[in-house]
Amino acid sequence: MKSLFFLLAGLLFFSCTPDRTKKELPSDSIFHLSSQWEDQRHQSYQLNALRGKTLVVVMIYTTCKAACPILVADMKKIEKQIKPSYLDKVSLVLVSIDPETDTPARLAEFAETGGMDAPHWVFLRSDEAATQEFANVLSMKYKKISPIDFSHSNIISIFNPDGELILQEEGTGIDAKKVAGRVNETVKGS
Amino acid sequence: MSPNLIHIISIILSLVWCVSCGRQEATPDAISPATTLPEIKSPVMMVDIPGGEYQPFYGSDTALVKVKPFLIDERPVTNGEFLAFVKAYPQWRRSEVKRLYADTNYLHSWIADTVLPAHADLNAPVTQLSWYAAKAYARAVGKRLPTLDEWEWVAMADETVPNARKKKSYSDRIVNLYLVKGKQYNAVKQSPPNYWGVYNFFDLVWEWTDDFNSVLVTGDSRSGEYSDNNLFCAGSATSATDVLNYAAFMRFSMRAGLKAHYTVANLGFRCARDTEPGLNIEVKK
Repeated sequence: MKSLFFLLAGLLFFSCTPDRTKKELPSDSIFHLSSQWEDQRHQSYQLNALRGKTLVVVMIYTTCKAACPILVADMKKIEKQIKPSYLDKVSLVLVSIDPETDTPARLAEFAETGGMDAPHWVFLRSDEAATQEFANVLSMKYKKISPIDFSHSNIISIFNPDGELILQEEGTGIDAKKVAGRVNETVKGS
Repeated sequence: MSPNLIHIISIILSLVWCVSCGRQEATPDAISPATTLPEIKSPVMMVDIPGGEYQPFYGSDTALVKVKPFLIDERPVTNGEFLAFVKAYPQWRRSEVKRLYADTNYLHSWIADTVLPAHADLNAPVTQLSWYAAKAYARAVGKRLPTLDEWEWVAMADETVPNARKKKSYSDRIVNLYLVKGKQYNAVKQSPPNYWGVYNFFDLVWEWTDDFNSVLVTGDSRSGEYSDNNLFCAGSATSATDVLNYAAFMRFSMRAGLKAHYTVANLGFRCARDTEPGLNIEVKK
C-alpha cells in the first residue's frame, strides 16, 4: 500500500506539465508546427518551447548585405522601446532563410557582434522544408537567386503568447514605436 | 497512518493527477518528416520527364534555369483520392483542420467531413484545399509537390512539341481555357494529353506548386524592376521575358496573390517525385 502511495506521489510530481501548456492551443497557433529548430546557443527544440512569450519575428540571413541589416536595426529599435521589465516575457526571434550557411556557431557570432546576446534574442535555423513552411506561415516570399543571395520580402510579425499572429508590418522603414507599443500591450494583457 | 487512510490519499492523489495533468497530445500533421504516417495508395500513373534548361517566364535574370529529370503525375489528384486521404488522416478533415493550415473555406462544398458534394464526380480534380493540405497528401502517398520550375517546364509543351512558347496559338489557347467557368467539375483525362503524355495541365484547375511563394512581386524585390502595381496591371506583361506568354503571366499573378492557407474553388494540385532507379511505381515512358 505504501509503495502505491509513493508511486502515485511520484507520478503526480513528474507528470505535471507547466501551467501554460495546459490550455488548448488556438487553431491558428504557430505552436502547432512540429518542425525542429536549433538556436544560437546550440539548443534544439520545437517552436512550442517559446510558448508563453510574446514573439517578434523576422526572417533574415546573416550574409545579407542589403535589406537584412535594416531589418536587424529595426529589431533593435523595437527592443529599445519595449518596457525593460517586460523583456523576460518577450522573445525577439530572427529566423534564418539560409540554414545551410547560418549554423548555430555562425548565428552566435552574428548575435555577439551585433550586441544581441541578451536572453530575449533568439536566432533560429532549421532545414529547408521547415524554413519554407515557416516562411509560408508568415506569408513571406523568398527565392534563392544565387549560391549566396536571396530575394525576400521584409516582414516583421508579432505573435501573442499562444502563438497567434496579431500584427505584421511590411517593408523597410518599419514603425518601431508602433510594433513595440503592440508588444507592450500584449505582455501587459497576458 | 492506517492502511485505509493511505488508500484514500492514494485515490485522491490519483484523481488530482488525472484532472490537473491532462497532457496535450501532439497532433501528427503529415508535414513533419519525424512523424510516422499511415501510407495511402496513389493509383495515378507518373510520367518520366527528362531534365533540361529553360528560360523562366519571370524575373530579370536572363540566365537559363536547370531542371533535373523528375516524375510527374499524369493528371491532378481527384476528389475520390482526397476523400481516401481525409478518411485516413482525420486531422485533414474539414472540422478538424487547424486554422493555421487552411482558411475557413477548406473543402467548403463538401457535405460533411468525409462526404463529397451531392453531384461531385469522384474523378474530378479536388479543389478548395490549402498548400499545407496538398503537401500533406503528397507526403502520405510518398511523393512531393512539383517545384514551380518543374511545373512550368512541363507547361511549355503543347500536344506536339516540348516547347511551344514561340507559337502564338499556344498561349491564346491556354488563356481561352483559363476563361472557361466551372471546368473544375469535369473528370480528369477527358482531353488529349500534351507532348509528354501529361493530362489536364490547363483545362481543369490551377495547381499548387511547392515553392509558389518564390514569386517575388513585392515592392522591395531586389531587382527593383517590378512592383505590385506593375504586376497586376496587364501592361507590365511586356517586362516579362516572354511577351507572347500571357498565360504564364496569368499563372504568376495567381501565385503571387496566394498565401499557403488559402483555399480556392478552382485550385487543385498534382504530385511529383525525384527520379530514382528501382522505383516500384508505374511510369509512362
